[in-house]
Amino acid sequence: MSQTMLVQGNHACALGALAAGVRFFAGYPITPSTEIAEILAKELPKVGGKFIQMEDEIASMGAICGASLGGFKAITATSGPGFSLMQELIGYASLAEIPLVIVNVQRGGPSTGQPTSPSQSDVMQARWGSHGDRGVIALVPSSVQESYQLMIDAVNLAERFRTPVIFLMDEVVGHMREKLVIPKTTPTIINRRKPEPGELPYAPGPDGVPALPPFGEGYHFHVTGLIHDETGFPTGSPEVTEKTIKRLHQKLENNMDEILRYDELHSADAEYLIISYGCSARSAEEAVRMAREKGIKAGLLRLISIWPFPSDLIEEKCARVKKVFVAEMNYGQVTGEVTKVLGRSKVQPVLRVDTQMITPRQILEAITREGN
Amino acid sequence: MNETLKKYFRMNRLPHIWCPGCGNGIVVGALVRAIDKLGLNPDKTSIISGIGCSSRSSGYLNFDTVHTAHGRALTFATGLKLARPDLNVIVLTGDGDATAIGGNHFIHAARRNIDLTTIVFNNNIYGMTGGQYSPLTPTHSKATTSPYGHIENPFDITELAKASGASYVARGTTYHTLELINLIADAISHKGFSVVEAITACPISFGRQNKLGNAPAMMKWQKENTISVKAASKLPAEQLAGKVVIGELYRRQAPEYTAEYQKVIDRVTGGNGQ
Ligand SMILES: Cc1ncc(C[n+]2csc(CCOP(=O)(O)OP(=O)(O)O)c2C)c(N)n1
Ligand code: SF4
Ligand SMILES: [Mg+2]
Repeated sequence: MSQTMLVQGNHACALGALAAGVRFFAGYPITPSTEIAEILAKELPKVGGKFIQMEDEIASMGAICGASLGGFKAITATSGPGFSLMQELIGYASLAEIPLVIVNVQRGGPSTGQPTSPSQSDVMQARWGSHGDRGVIALVPSSVQESYQLMIDAVNLAERFRTPVIFLMDEVVGHMREKLVIPKTTPTIINRRKPEPGELPYAPGPDGVPALPPFGEGYHFHVTGLIHDETGFPTGSPEVTEKTIKRLHQKLENNMDEILRYDELHSADAEYLIISYGCSARSAEEAVRMAREKGIKAGLLRLISIWPFPSDLIEEKCARVKKVFVAEMNYGQVTGEVTKVLGRSKVQPVLRVDTQMITPRQILEAITREGN
Repeated sequence: MNETLKKYFRMNRLPHIWCPGCGNGIVVGALVRAIDKLGLNPDKTSIISGIGCSSRSSGYLNFDTVHTAHGRALTFATGLKLARPDLNVIVLTGDGDATAIGGNHFIHAARRNIDLTTIVFNNNIYGMTGGQYSPLTPTHSKATTSPYGHIENPFDITELAKASGASYVARGTTYHTLELINLIADAISHKGFSVVEAITACPISFGRQNKLGNAPAMMKWQKENTISVKAASKLPAEQLAGKVVIGELYRRQAPEYTAEYQKVIDRVTGGNGQ
């Protein structure tokens, strides 16, 4: 029997994590993400899992790295200020190739910012927040149902690609209540690949992804945040460094067919295409409906996987449209990326940074201004 | 090297990067002898270190090992131990790593009394970065960042550990090697958060700028300025001034974190949790 409930996005995210096989959570309380920790504190021990509230977000990241090396599927959840503290070890997990999911329920920033208000201003931090070049996967849910389903994907992708995955929620999606249907079929679960006998711990498979043995099974391997070769030990070699840095990007970029996720509405014949994501995409969807009622050929491309940036997809979907509107609640973070692909003349930002929801009317007005 | 100890090292990673006369190798030698004495299963033993000269040890040891980020070893170790209480988790950390950047993690790991063994290599300095002062640099000493003499007060790692909730606390030196082996073995055997402060010479980054002489001279200092717990207990306080007390300083039995968490699991699952 499928199960139907009325829950918050944060709740759905926690249930998705459990369904995906997450058995370890470490975190530090912060609005608007705290419900995820509270629910998992209650639910994890019921399934033999572990929850720990650490002394800060740096420690939370360290704890989930340790648990993941121990063979557990491990996640944390936070918001802007905590996400900033986590960047150090997000970079560590990228280089040491430790599967993890970091949920960031975005608030408005900078600094302590607007703790209880929505924003989408950590898109760039999700990509570039930690020092050094590396690839990253970031997924953005738009609804409570999607917070559940996509969280399972996030955990799977982390295991599949041995990388931290950023689950980029926002205060609206995290706190609103909607219907959640938990399907009766058990979801597809991906477990990390163990090395074949003799396979080195950091030797990439043909897909660029190395296998990861858990601690405690006699592999005796070494994990370090220094640039290392296929044995896992540090090296100063320029060749190995280049190969490693490129591989951290390419193991994701070359497998976009497994990572890319998006949704579209009336995009086939659209003259005006809105690109949006997360809570803003909900208003964008309504704006498309309102525009269509007025006879304007508007459409929506909703980004679900936002990093690696879906440049090819955007190029393809925007080839025939007159104008592209990027609706987002920040100062133009995705707008900049879309502009990189399409050029400035074709892209019109529809932005909001006052912590109020971007409205369908605001987006519609931008389209009608252009149409006239 | 003693043949029976070779199995604990990744021989192909040697020689190590440490300076001639560095005490780090003596501490690592004491650790593997303690592991050997206890007969720990190397497959079930993980070594977690931070960043610094001393933290490079993890790479030489033939176990599952993590060379984490500066100050963060205890956070990784906490996650690993909570996830996998079946593993022996040993943390190797420097005085700066453990008590400056990692100071908050140190007191909280102690407070939880989680079953980790932490060996703090105390060389009174930031060795790896070339001699800047650490929270263990004695007042009036020279460091490259206190060229006119250090004006801050040092921590006492053992008092810090004890006050924070550690249930086994000891101090040893690289001069008193046999005792150091026993202290580390006791720390590993102890169920709860245990700390061994290992006083070790850094002749290059600390000794040189403080004119402490070469490595043997610095080890002689360890011999002449320490006093055993037993001897200290017989002396009045004024005669202990300037002396460093070594040996087992504190031990108590107290609920251990991962065991307490297992009780929670058992309670909510009615005994059906893994
Ligand atoms: C976040 C961060 N800050 C600074 C450094 C530079 N750094 C590397 S080792 C070290 C000090 C190490 O001192 P200690 O822990 O006492 O170890 P030792 O080298 O003396 O054994 C510092 C400051 C770093 N690696 N990471
Ligand atoms: S700098 Fe000091 S601690 Fe580092 S290897 Fe040299 S002697 Fe040892
Ligand atoms: Mg030091």
